[in-house]
Amino acid sequence: MLFEARNVAGEPGSGVRYHPVSLQLEAGEILTIYGQSGIGKSQFLRALADLTPHTGDVLLEGISQTKIRPEHWRKQVGYVPAESGWWADVVAQHFSEPPPKAWLSSLSLPPELLDASVERLSTGERQRLALLRALVLHPKVLLLDEPTANLDQRNAQKLIELVKTYAQTEQAAVIWVSHDADERALLGNRSLEIRAETTHQAHHP
Amino acid sequence: MNIESLSAIDLGLAALLVVALGVVQFLMGLGLQRSLVIGTVRMTLQLLLVGLVLKALFASANLAWIGLMALVMLALAGYEVSARQKRPIKGWRGYLIGLLSMGVTAAIITLLALIVIISPQPWYTPQYAIPLLGMILGNTMTGIGLALNHLTQTAWANRSRIEARLLLGQTATQAMADLRTEALRAGLIPTLNMLAAAGLISLPGMMTGQILAGAPPMEAVRYQILIMLLITAATGFGSLLAVHLGARRLFDDRQRLRLERLGQRS
Repeated sequence: MLFEARNVAGEPGSGVRYHPVSLQLEAGEILTIYGQSGIGKSQFLRALADLTPHTGDVLLEGISQTKIRPEHWRKQVGYVPAESGWWADVVAQHFSEPPPKAWLSSLSLPPELLDASVERLSTGERQRLALLRALVLHPKVLLLDEPTANLDQRNAQKLIELVKTYAQTEQAAVIWVSHDADERALLGNRSLEIRAETTHQAHHP
Repeated sequence: MNIESLSAIDLGLAALLVVALGVVQFLMGLGLQRSLVIGTVRMTLQLLLVGLVLKALFASANLAWIGLMALVMLALAGYEVSARQKRPIKGWRGYLIGLLSMGVTAAIITLLALIVIISPQPWYTPQYAIPLLGMILGNTMTGIGLALNHLTQTAWANRSRIEARLLLGQTATQAMADLRTEALRAGLIPTLNMLAAAGLISLPGMMTGQILAGAPPMEAVRYQILIMLLITAATGFGSLLAVHLGARRLFDDRQRLRLERLGQRS
């Protein structure tokens, strides 16, 4: 088992109210997550990345989150939120190492974009670059929060291909929040609904 | 001392100026008269009270009483620091961070100045100890207050940036590096301005006071230089400590940004 969540839920009193979630992912597997907006899908991913207090336990290769230093955990369990934060002026300053040319071109991003100022990026460019800066750390688990929300269909397709290839070649597990049933179908047959009261795993077309 | 004595009538004349300002403000409809009256009356009462306390303190020159006075000044300064925060750290910790960083640096620097540098006999002679501590506290209070305020407000406004850095495997210290530097800068700006303006744009209060009291100008200047150096060191070290403690409080043991630990003051 590469990645496992056991009864993960928001901390009592925190106002986060999704039903506790348990799941297991093997290497190379992709799981899509859906549910009403505001139910706590992003909060669940934040808990998996240990960015927010939560109950339950999360395990990577059988080792509990609490046993791994937080900065090491977050490098291995890479979470790309829906809204990416950029703290420096130039795009390249956010990358621990330059992304492979192949990744840039597969997302139709020109290499010059790395030297551009963050201010100049479009929302879609930010979203794709935020994925790449997480991928250069070679995470074993990827948590993606609607990564295609600001992309046109062609670029969304390309991003899906890149993530699928990454999961295959690096034997990484992916959890992907998606509102779109067609997109979930493209990503494979494992899907999980986050609910307010009960959660159950269902196969989705 | 050849200082000219001020009578109540002299002060009354000066107060008339403020009354005149109040009347003008009333006529212009600025609506600040209330704050003006409260501020002026409060200032007068505070200073009269402090005058009485100092009179008694100087007469007794007792270390215990001087220590108590220092603690009261410190507690009030600690309160002022937390009262000036727009997004203060909640609970007793918020008050304690300001109090501790101010208390530790102000105490060390005041003691050093009294015992090693000025060395009056005895070292706690209140005519030296109290004004010295007052000037150091007054300035570190402003610096620490500004630094903490800047730290918590920018952390609040930059949640996604800080979390983006955490998500890429940075530690809390790395993720906060820029904001800490900016907060320290914000805390030191008034001191830097004070240093630049000293003697040129403003004649520092203590030096003016000593000259008015008949001290030779060069003697007054040396004291003023000493005070400025002490204030700069105290403000700088105090802000460093406050920003360090404040930034730590923004994160928990799992290096998660916990902005819910900040309150809000309008």
